[in-house]
Amino acid sequence: MWEQISSNRRRSVALTIGIGAILLLVGYLIGLYFFGNGYAGLVIALIIWGIMNLVALFQGDSILLSISKAKKIKKSDHPRLYNIVEEMQIASGLEKMPDIYIIDDPALNAFATGRDPKRASVAITSGLLNKLNRDELQGVIGHEMAHIKNRDVLLMVMCGILLGSIVMLSWVASRALLFGGARRSRTSSSSGGGGGIILIVAIVLMIIAPLAAQLIYFAISRKREYLADASSALYTRYPEGLASALEKLSASTHELRSANKATAPMFIINPFRKKGMAASNLTSTHPPISERIRILRSMTGSSFSNYEEAYDKLHYSSRQGILPGSALAQTQAVEIRAPRPEPVEPFQASIERRRETSEALWQINDYKTINCKCGTRLRIPPRLQNSSVRCPHCGRTNST
Amino acid sequence: MPVGAIVGIIVAVVLAIIFGGGYNRLVRLRNQTKNAWAQIDVQLKRRYDLIPNLVETVKGYTKHERETLEAVTKARNIAQQLSSSGAAERSKAESELSSALARLLVVVERYPDLKANQNYLALQEELSSTENRIGFARQYYNDSILKYNNVTQMIPSNVVARMFGFKAGEFFEITVAEEKEAPKVSFTQ
Repeated sequence: MWEQISSNRRRSVALTIGIGAILLLVGYLIGLYFFGNGYAGLVIALIIWGIMNLVALFQGDSILLSISKAKKIKKSDHPRLYNIVEEMQIASGLEKMPDIYIIDDPALNAFATGRDPKRASVAITSGLLNKLNRDELQGVIGHEMAHIKNRDVLLMVMCGILLGSIVMLSWVASRALLFGGARRSRTSSSSGGGGGIILIVAIVLMIIAPLAAQLIYFAISRKREYLADASSALYTRYPEGLASALEKLSASTHELRSANKATAPMFIINPFRKKGMAASNLTSTHPPISERIRILRSMTGSSFSNYEEAYDKLHYSSRQGILPGSALAQTQAVEIRAPRPEPVEPFQASIERRRETSEALWQINDYKTINCKCGTRLRIPPRLQNSSVRCPHCGRTNST
Repeated sequence: MPVGAIVGIIVAVVLAIIFGGGYNRLVRLRNQTKNAWAQIDVQLKRRYDLIPNLVETVKGYTKHERETLEAVTKARNIAQQLSSSGAAERSKAESELSSALARLLVVVERYPDLKANQNYLALQEELSSTENRIGFARQYYNDSILKYNNVTQMIPSNVVARMFGFKAGEFFEITVAEEKEAPKVSFTQ
């Protein structure tokens, strides 16, 4: 696993340099056109990028969690979820237990965040908690844990910021061109045709740069998804768990209310996919879910090489490989374990899961719970200051 | 003469890099196996701590299962006593304990009142999670040991391993007597 993390790091560096070069080029050209000096633009681009980086590194995860309206939980709020996260932490060999958050939303999704494995968080929607059984939840958490363990989060954040800076610069520059362009061209008409060529190059670049950067970003984030799926199968020794979770995820039509374009690559599935519309391969942050499921289901063992094998089987033509070569160095066979026994009554189990989730939501929102003697459970909102409350069912007075 | 000296220096540097890198890698892998072993320890201890609680709860509801309960308690005490010995002895004691627990959980299926008890449900979640944790910790430990053993046996790091006394580690296995699976705990929550 170490080899694979370091290969990830090398790639991250290469990628960051790649998108960074686009950023610098855009900055330089903007400077050249607007100030007649490329270096001024370069400095502006670097300053924007630097500020955004600092904000993201030190506040990024809390910003992300707060715009997603995620609430942190303790073990007593949702013991099953907490236990599963801890199990996956042990399986992945992560040094520190990540913080766990629940998003109160019927959409089915989950994400991981944090700039390094020591300060990581995992967030999951209440809808997903309602739907998944233990094996499936384990698969999903394993996938998120893999993102943390493989340092994907940091990479995605860094690239996302670079991309954001490029988009921002291009946007500002294109506005300036549209509204300030006329004045500028009049004053520069004396300096000859040089300005014209630069103008054309600048316009073309302003259009292409965000797209190019975005394509690089998407390609990388898709590879990360495959690697995280493979890692989840390896940790849980049970690819079917994640496969059937993904199946449930893809069947849902809810869109996550609090997601936006910038945070999309963080989630386990793309929060914006349109139902019945296959996302085009180039412009999606995630591989098609059906393909991820098919790969997981055709695995004959649960090691990385089994995943690669399954991928190759489905793509006869391409032998390019989907996982980093260093991840495939371990060749020992890893067996798939047996599924955990299913509950006798699936419907009853789903009701129990809903109850468990709503219990967690009451608790993280600071509601107090009183069990009345008649069996009614009273939820006391945190703002209620009364010292006693009457049970609406039997009329007994309970002290809060 | 200078050409010979330069070649000599280059060879020495390359060797130093190979050996130094090999040594560091061995140390890192050995530390990883040690950490993984410590994790197994933590989880097994968690299981020892849960068992008296479980036995107490079950005792209140069952009348005719004294033998099964005693077997669990006994297996737990033996496993706890052996907790400072090597991987081989330990895995035997822990396998006994796992088998005894599996038997207990089968017996419990006959008592619907007990299965509806809130306290027992919470315990059951903790117990099944602990079984999973032990499984995952063992899995991580065995993976680490495999990687470490491979490095100690492969060229060129095997030379370094022999020079500095890096010995191959033992795997840790738990096999349940009746069935080669974790105790059957049904998730009714």
